[in-house]
Amino acid sequence: MNANVRRAAVLGGIRIPFARQNGPYARASNQDMMTATLEALISKFELANEALGEVAAGGVLKHSRDFNLTRECVLGTRLDPHTPAYDIQQACGTGLEATILVASKIALGQVDSAVAGGFDTTSDAPIAVNEDLRQVLLELNRSKSNAARLKALTKLRPQQIVPQIPRNAEPRTGLSMGEHAAIMAKEWGVTREEQDELTVASHRNLAAAYDTGFLDDLVTPFLGLERDQNLRPDTSVEKLAKLKPVFGGEEGTMTAGNSTPLSDGASAVLLASEDWAAEHNLPVQAYIVDAQTAAVDHVHAREGLLMAPTYAVPKLLGRNNLSLQDFDFYEIHEAFAAQVLCTFKAWEDPVYCKEKLGLDAPLGSVDRDKLNTHGGSLAAGHPFGATGGRIVAGLAKMLAEKGSGSRGLISICAAGGLGVTAIMEAA
Amino acid sequence: MSDRYQQLVNTPIGKIVSKQIGLPAPVKLERYERGQPVIDGPVLFGSAPGGRLAGAIAQVLSGIDAEVHTALEDEARTAAADAGLDAQVFNAETATEDQRFKALVFDASGIADSTQLSAAYAFFHPTIRRVKTSGRVIVLGTPPDDANTPRQATAQRALEGFVRSIGKEVRKGATAQLIYVGQKAEDQIESTLRFYLSPKSAYVSGQVVQIAAGDQAADGIDWEHPQAGRFALVTGASRGIGRAIAQVLARDGAHVIGLDVPALQRELEETIGELGGSTLVLDITDDDAPQRIADHVLTNHGGVDVVVHNAGVTRDKTLGRMSDEQWDMVLGINLTAQERINEELLARQALNENGRIVCVSSMSGIAGNAGQTNYAASKAGVIGMVHAMAPEVASKRATINAVAPGFIETQMTAAMPIATREAGRRMNSLAQGGLPVDVAETIAWYANPASGGLNGTVVRVCGQSLVGA
Repeated sequence: MNANVRRAAVLGGIRIPFARQNGPYARASNQDMMTATLEALISKFELANEALGEVAAGGVLKHSRDFNLTRECVLGTRLDPHTPAYDIQQACGTGLEATILVASKIALGQVDSAVAGGFDTTSDAPIAVNEDLRQVLLELNRSKSNAARLKALTKLRPQQIVPQIPRNAEPRTGLSMGEHAAIMAKEWGVTREEQDELTVASHRNLAAAYDTGFLDDLVTPFLGLERDQNLRPDTSVEKLAKLKPVFGGEEGTMTAGNSTPLSDGASAVLLASEDWAAEHNLPVQAYIVDAQTAAVDHVHAREGLLMAPTYAVPKLLGRNNLSLQDFDFYEIHEAFAAQVLCTFKAWEDPVYCKEKLGLDAPLGSVDRDKLNTHGGSLAAGHPFGATGGRIVAGLAKMLAEKGSGSRGLISICAAGGLGVTAIMEAA
Repeated sequence: MSDRYQQLVNTPIGKIVSKQIGLPAPVKLERYERGQPVIDGPVLFGSAPGGRLAGAIAQVLSGIDAEVHTALEDEARTAAADAGLDAQVFNAETATEDQRFKALVFDASGIADSTQLSAAYAFFHPTIRRVKTSGRVIVLGTPPDDANTPRQATAQRALEGFVRSIGKEVRKGATAQLIYVGQKAEDQIESTLRFYLSPKSAYVSGQVVQIAAGDQAADGIDWEHPQAGRFALVTGASRGIGRAIAQVLARDGAHVIGLDVPALQRELEETIGELGGSTLVLDITDDDAPQRIADHVLTNHGGVDVVVHNAGVTRDKTLGRMSDEQWDMVLGINLTAQERINEELLARQALNENGRIVCVSSMSGIAGNAGQTNYAASKAGVIGMVHAMAPEVASKRATINAVAPGFIETQMTAAMPIATREAGRRMNSLAQGGLPVDVAETIAWYANPASGGLNGTVVRVCGQSLVGA
């Protein structure tokens, strides 16, 4: 094993605009979106016929036939077919986890170049047959005689025609992600106004990122869509205040405005060793410094489902001798405005920091002017697997523009009580 | 002794009728039962910026395993974290209506002038209607005399009017108290905070008590049996309030020495026998009574830890019609005997270190009462005695305090004419009479070895009576 750890460089990334569920990408498959995104990356970095170390990508909602989807995507691009690929899945943390995986391989010298990607479609969603029907069909398949087949067929019932559609619910609690976030919002006393303000900032920042041309080389048009469909540049706290709560009952504070919509999209990021980048005349934008995942016990201890990043970040800070304030950019995935606000309140709270995180003092507050400065998931939308790549590519460019010594923190919460976090530094 | 009105208005029909025609609706007060937690329900804890008591309060709340909630404010959250309290977060703006509290505890010591009293408003305004039945409102401040500036003294004094008004506003058996914690007395608040939070203080409301710095630390106290290993003398112990006092002190682990007159010897022996205590039969107005009491406790127990001056009589007559026997008897039993016994015990070093003298005064002693010139004089005198003797008693590392009961349901009150009795029962914030055990629990709080910060004080057990307030 190579004892010399190398720095894993982020050279840049690209994505297609994110669309709302059943919008322009209604008929696009995950494979369509990921292939198009990889093609855009190939064009951006002139990777045609290049045999990369590997491509790792994944999504949350996948058809059972897509057991090797990333490899199929690679085969559909101009990359050298000798480029290996694999699929990974860690709920909303998928894209960032893919980045961490390939960065670790680069650091260890196992590969010199790699693409980390992610995708998701909530429109072209897999639909499974009714569980009863599935059992009948399996029995039919197992039957060896016509009599046995007939007997199996007699078990068919009209109601078995109803299919199983994927639900956005936690298997062990039966609650939707939004209901879980509403519980957290209530526990932390998060107000409607705070959430709507954060939402407005997300939209304004993303709109500005388009208007200033920051996203020109980070987003490539797809199926006629040029900007994220969910973006509302002119939204305001007043407008958002008119929306009815969708989670947490009538007294709830969470609306369709301050929660991310179901979305479709894909993203990809190119990472490499410094040597590989130099050989290919590609400038390094940033480095993956360190990463940390964590999980909460939302089942037995009834911890907030989306609070795992609160555990991950202090470990990351401790290992790198950093304080929470030592960053120029904070890229906190806005699954719900409430999730971001709960996370901040937790890090500011002496009780939570001591009782849950085992810290002597609270981590303190995050400068809101440094939060999701070029827009977040509330504005862009959140195709689960694609969010990590959107954030890594955006942050790498921000750090490159900010210059040497600048530093960014990524924090993504995920279903199942998971959290994925990372630190990046400018080249 | 039963309060038929209270029973009636608590029937389903009675509730409707009393509400319709606006009659007082006294609830059945929650009272302490052995083994209960100090407080059964969530406690909301807040602090005015710059306070000095949040840490001490959080320590107590942690010690009683209370379910604590606080707003996301530095003072309270830091104090909670330091005390190891896994406090939940409360935001009045987002909390649903069903979020209610058994107690609201507010550290007002940081309030430095009248403009900052708005901190108390800000804490209680959105929460006061969230107080549960038999709930508790407790404000802690700095004694005006200990304030650094006239403005601070003014603002701290203002808290009295604020808290007493809350006491009159909260319903359903809830109470309100103000605790002035002297400089450097932060470590003395536990026994008082526990008492006021718990159902033991059921009939105490609208009270202002001052805790001073003390050197009588009670580390490692067993809060279930704070009197373990201590000897408690209770005068008039055979029946009524005295009997309840003996029972509560025995429950707290004390060996009770029950004292009463020879005529009540049989009742006394019965009462005290059940408690595993001992008896002393004498008339406290006898010339040699103080000496015999001191002899008894020194010989049998090497001294006494708690002395409760409960014995008392009434001989009501308007002054012009009162005989000199009626005057002399009431003053002799209710006041002079207490003075003589205290002097003798102190002179002969019969009161042990960390000793407690608790005297029973009366609301009449504070407010005066027609037909009770003798009784009111004696009971007001008790308050004077407690105040005057406090420094000397403190020099013996002991304390002297008084309780002043209001309308307590006893055989005495049962014999009153109905109009007088009903007026006495209803004219207080809890709209009912107290029970002997309410007086006894208050005495037990003063008698607690951890109550060393309380000296020369008087607390009324009157449900915040309108009389003499």
